[in-house]
Amino acid sequence: MRNPVTEPAPVKDDVALAELAGIVDRAARQRLGRSLSIREIDAGSCNGCELEIHALGNAFYDLERFGLRFVASPRHADVLLVTGPVTKNMREALERTYKATPDPKWVIAVGDCAVDGGIFAGSYAIVGGVSGVVPVDLHIRGCPPTPLQLLKGLLALMEK
Amino acid sequence: MPALIDRIPEGRRVESHRPWPRIIVTPEAWHKVADEVAAGRATLLGLWGETASVHMAIIDETSGAIAVVTIECPDGRFPSVGRNHPPAIRLERAIQSLFGLEPEGLPDARPWLDLGFWDVRHPLGALSKAHAHEEYAFLPAEGENLHQIPVGPVHAGIIEPGHFRFTANGETIVRLEQRLGYAHKGIELLMAGASIDRATRLAARTSGDSTVAYALAFAQAVEGAQVTKVPLRAVYLRAIMAELERLANHLGDIGAICNDASFSLMHAQCGILREQTLRTASDCFGHRLMMDCVIPGGVANDLASNGVTRLGDLLKDVRRIFPKLVELYDNTASLQDRTVTTGIVRPALVRQFGAGGYVGRASNRSFDARRTPGYAPYDRLSFEVPVLESGDVNARVWIRIREVEQSLSLIERFIEQLPAGPVCTGINSIGVSEGLGLVEAFRGDVLVWIRLNGDRVVRCHLRDASWFQWPLLEAAIEGNIVADFPLCNKSFNCSYSGHDL
Repeated sequence: MRNPVTEPAPVKDDVALAELAGIVDRAARQRLGRSLSIREIDAGSCNGCELEIHALGNAFYDLERFGLRFVASPRHADVLLVTGPVTKNMREALERTYKATPDPKWVIAVGDCAVDGGIFAGSYAIVGGVSGVVPVDLHIRGCPPTPLQLLKGLLALMEK
Repeated sequence: MPALIDRIPEGRRVESHRPWPRIIVTPEAWHKVADEVAAGRATLLGLWGETASVHMAIIDETSGAIAVVTIECPDGRFPSVGRNHPPAIRLERAIQSLFGLEPEGLPDARPWLDLGFWDVRHPLGALSKAHAHEEYAFLPAEGENLHQIPVGPVHAGIIEPGHFRFTANGETIVRLEQRLGYAHKGIELLMAGASIDRATRLAARTSGDSTVAYALAFAQAVEGAQVTKVPLRAVYLRAIMAELERLANHLGDIGAICNDASFSLMHAQCGILREQTLRTASDCFGHRLMMDCVIPGGVANDLASNGVTRLGDLLKDVRRIFPKLVELYDNTASLQDRTVTTGIVRPALVRQFGAGGYVGRASNRSFDARRTPGYAPYDRLSFEVPVLESGDVNARVWIRIREVEQSLSLIERFIEQLPAGPVCTGINSIGVSEGLGLVEAFRGDVLVWIRLNGDRVVRCHLRDASWFQWPLLEAAIEGNIVADFPLCNKSFNCSYSGHDL
């Protein structure tokens, strides 16, 4: 066997991140007892938001330490994290995913185009905003929002 | 062999098309060009429509010469290129669905991108009210013990939407058929009539992972059309951004491919390097993905004052850690067991489809738009374009590994050579003009074609590398087991949004 080649974890030099991490952690414990399952749905985004949502799982943000985790099925989810302007081609899939999610459930619309279609507003091919299809509890703006903005949004939902 | 342009039969040359020629040809001449492409003497770069015409871009891979040929179709029909050249089939199905133009002789007339959910038919052509929803007929697979597995458009991971229809015999896939279009946002119609500023922002959101490459291809097309010379400093800053984007995506992909083989250590380590790359991009250019940083005429902002230092630090960090990760990949037998000989694409198929990026280069096609036709500043220095022959998941990983190393070296030299001076110039406004840009994104070549009227976009077409890669994934997966599909899919990492538009 070889020794691990793993480098030491990066130093937490980001004061803002550390502070925020503390707040998210406390809120998650209080409200959810360290467990919130998130199902991500790309409703026609440019894939920018997905990249930053992915980043939440990297060693810097390490979302799972707060008990927040991404699940593969809406049937296991508490929260739907929806990106994109909701293309007409994705409307039905979004509705069906929402219906497949057990109550109680929350919906977070992520990214500027998930608010009202954003730059794609007015197109024949989009509904224009997640709230036109399913009820939305929270919007996280940004194009795309940074991982820190996403963490803040998740915190806001838990303190709602 | 005579030059590309001389092999195109007589036609009417469009003077305002730059830098490469566009020629309006007769149906007979169109057939001849299609035959050249089908015979492999030229490579299909793109095929797109307008209200009453269809354009075909081709490239001579030896000389790097590009030409666009146009057929006018006032009666709404044009001779199918896909009839003898399968790579054109999906492009022509899209033309039929979006413009209502009929490719005569097209072997597969099912709609593409239009999934039956729009209120209108042929949104970019002679628009009409949509018909009742028609059931989509997937291709049949017949035989004893076959079963179907429908997957998507909502997938299990955090990925883009698309539908995969597997037919399997036990664990072995006998047919995969893709159905795409779920991310179709109508970008090309939004661009029509838009200002150059707005169209630039739309181009930058065609595929978020390639926002720099798209913005660059769009800028090249506009600058070509409007004969605008970009300041040299901007040329270098664009290239630094393009290589940072390639670096970030390749690092993410290498980790994610290994993760799909359940080797999460690589994923975690590559994720750290990717995050450091994005943070450096943010510090240097003001946005983690560098969205809206490349604009026609140059770049939106100069490099931050500490940019050179930050870039130097990043290069040092990645060079310290990445070789250890490469060694880990190379020496982990259980991982190699999953990636070697999995999802093989034959070189002949890659050549026929003109598939670019790591998909092409892992199967012996060395094409790289940075070299052919080439553009500044890459034409000023030498760099390696890695090529392998085995065409499996492992080869697509190794191409990425080698390209990470090349990108590090390119960024280093760009910093060394970075000239002083302005970073943006005004765009000329010279009436009706047309341009074409071809840029090497991390996953392959992106083509942007544009017609401008002053500072307004009349028509813009964007062609992602994925158009010529997605069909090869269907071929690559045949005979593999269902459980290896995520691995194969990630090794391709085709764009859904860039393809769906």
